[in-house]
Amino acid sequence: MPDGGLETSSVTRDGFEPRIVAFFCNWCTYTAADLAGTSRMKYAPNARVIRVMCSGRVDPQFVLDAFARGADGVLIGGCHPGDCHYQEGNYKTLRRVHLLRRVLREMGIEEERLRLEWISASEGDRLRTAVNQFTEQLRTLGPLSVEAPAEALTETAPVAAEEVAA
Amino acid sequence: MREPEISPDGAVRVGVYICHCGTNIAGTIDVRAVTEYAATLPHVVVARDYKYMCSDPGQTLIQQDIRDHHLTRIIVASCSPLLHEHTFRAATAGGGLNPYHFQMVNIREHASWVHEDRQAATEKAKDLVRAAVFRVYFHEPLERREVPINPDVLVVGGGIAGIHAALTLAGARKHVYLVEREPSIGGHMAKFDKTFPTLDCAACILTPKMTAVRTNPHITLWTYSEVVGVEGYVGNFKVTVKRKPRYVIEDLCVGCAECIEACVYKAARFPDEFNLGLGKRKPIYLPFPQAVPLVAVIDPETCIEFKSGKCKKTCVEVCGERNAIDFTQEEHTETIEVGTIILATGFQVFDAKRIPYYGYGVYPNVYTALEVERLVNASGPTSGEVVLRDGRTPKSVAIVHCVGSRDENTNRYCSRVCCMYSLKLAHLIKEHTDAEVYNFYIDMRTPGKGFEEFYNRVAEEGTQLIRGKVADVYPEPGDGGRLIVQAEDTLLGKVRKIPVDMVVLAVGLEPQADAQDVRRMFNITCSTEGFFLERHPKLAPVNTFTDGIFLAGACQGPKDIPDTVAQAGSAAAEALALIDAGTVELEPNTAYVVEEACSGCKTCVPLCPYSAISFMEATQKAQINEVLCKGCGVCVAACPSGSIRQHLFQDEEIFEEIKGVLAHA
Repeated sequence: MPDGGLETSSVTRDGFEPRIVAFFCNWCTYTAADLAGTSRMKYAPNARVIRVMCSGRVDPQFVLDAFARGADGVLIGGCHPGDCHYQEGNYKTLRRVHLLRRVLREMGIEEERLRLEWISASEGDRLRTAVNQFTEQLRTLGPLSVEAPAEALTETAPVAAEEVAA
Repeated sequence: MREPEISPDGAVRVGVYICHCGTNIAGTIDVRAVTEYAATLPHVVVARDYKYMCSDPGQTLIQQDIRDHHLTRIIVASCSPLLHEHTFRAATAGGGLNPYHFQMVNIREHASWVHEDRQAATEKAKDLVRAAVFRVYFHEPLERREVPINPDVLVVGGGIAGIHAALTLAGARKHVYLVEREPSIGGHMAKFDKTFPTLDCAACILTPKMTAVRTNPHITLWTYSEVVGVEGYVGNFKVTVKRKPRYVIEDLCVGCAECIEACVYKAARFPDEFNLGLGKRKPIYLPFPQAVPLVAVIDPETCIEFKSGKCKKTCVEVCGERNAIDFTQEEHTETIEVGTIILATGFQVFDAKRIPYYGYGVYPNVYTALEVERLVNASGPTSGEVVLRDGRTPKSVAIVHCVGSRDENTNRYCSRVCCMYSLKLAHLIKEHTDAEVYNFYIDMRTPGKGFEEFYNRVAEEGTQLIRGKVADVYPEPGDGGRLIVQAEDTLLGKVRKIPVDMVVLAVGLEPQADAQDVRRMFNITCSTEGFFLERHPKLAPVNTFTDGIFLAGACQGPKDIPDTVAQAGSAAAEALALIDAGTVELEPNTAYVVEEACSGCKTCVPLCPYSAISFMEATQKAQINEVLCKGCGVCVAACPSGSIRQHLFQDEEIFEEIKGVLAHA
């Protein structure tokens, strides 16, 4: 498939611009991103948002797939604890993120590359800060490299993914 | 399965439309480059850009292309789907396709408006468009679910907003439950003396509407009651209402007030809530003379019978055969079913003690504007005489604007009504006392019908208008008892210290203290400053993000009475539109179980907050009740065998988006 000179977004003066896949829940964080837009807040252009109804829809496989396909970081945005539009989907997300971080560690991926943020619909500024900080953090971490423990990757991943699924 | 293939019959034919949104998008994103790029993506048959895709010609363009190019998938890259997804789905359907063969890409709120680097924003737009192109390959035709709408409506809050909404709905012969927390409806408006700019007496325009609520057969009025639980969804809400005991039986009390007269307390000695503590009441009281319902209330905190059980109960004696007093009443709950809900929970005034240098609560002659409303009111604690706490009539009065508004330290927003009510109070105080009145303002904001004229009138009457933010209020040296109001007059360019007898703080409007709890209960959102958030500030000002729940009045943001009434009417009309349609269509984003793949592990069952998932013992499989499912997708993500799927958010669709946004690596 032609890629039409897309390299530019991943290469800047200092060589590395992290690529972030962001899963935002429809009710809080996606709306906060809309608010940041209507408020014309400026932030780093590194995140690509995928909308889900609830952060609880984020299957651990989505996160692993994003890393496998070259994301340098994954940002999950949900409603604040107690504020979930679906009562408690965000708690499920929190649980999964804790387990996923363990899996990532075993795969040789820095756990900071998976970030969870509670951002309500009114917090456009918080969204801006989250994206900017995460981008900055990933710049420091550098590009994702998953070369190291190839065995661990194949052995642990399927089991762990199931464990995490609950 | 995850690789998009060209289907054998060539059925997937994608049309991509990039919107300029005038210069909103085109100003930052190279729309042409994105369009040209989109044309190179798999299955894309047509890629176009257009100034305003949401306009009629824009929509027609899509529909024409569907016919001419036999398109089967439509992608529009423009604003947020929360704004125009509905519009474009309808356009897609109008062209003869299933509306769910449409996908929207947000390149305005999420790209052109938040990035300055044209190249980076353009690349981001390309990535997002590519993700959509990959995604739509897997889109399936879906049918909206249709559910009936219960025609009954719940209105929460009995201020002018709730009253007006309830009466409008009742006028259309819909049954309304009006729930009010206080013992009487009327809200803040019932406390006002006159209303700007016409100086109509608030009671004269409000109390007939309050009476109309009481007598209307289509309205069930529950005062001294609070909503404590809400379940369900648009068309079918189940609401639990807590009804507090007033210890007087509403149906038996005639409001004669003889019990109050007969109370063992000969004099009223407890602070009267309605008069903000400026007046006194007895343990048994009527909230105010025009209260609706006109039913006495007993305050168990101060009533001797409740405190010691040894009262002579002269109130019961005098009530006699009416037998309306019942000390055994207990709090109870009622459950009602309604199809739509209007929230009209109002505001609270800013707590002036939060700005200590204005001396509220320290110097007795510093009042809030709402307190002065009671003082100038003929039915208020002083029968309309503006007097200080020591009984003197003030000879000079300072009115301080913007207390708790337009202030970095408290609230940054303008409360919209304070300039006008401050001018009104200046007029009324002058009228009642002939005092010299000084209004200290930052900017005079009088936009509204007849407002500027009123401002001119008050200025001509001789009110001193001083442009300057008050920096301090302190006692005059000596024992004159006056207060010095200090401000920098920004028109004269010098500091002024004006001695006055009375200081009136024009307190701003704030969200109710429990707005966050109410928001959670009704599953809606708040804006940054804590007022309930409307679905769209311009196009859906009374809708919320939760279908079937509407907003009216100051719970959505500070506003005056005309705007409140207009919004209440609008909320009622929105509810009526749903009710008259009879049914409502729900998003088909429900989860479902692919039985062959289900291993019967029951992982999903406890995860569902709506108990929509059950385990079928006979088949040893999970089953999802589509009516109960709200489409969060938690179970889908959790299913270890991948046998739970979700319409609109299928695994393939999301994996394609991931692949799409990252494809240029």
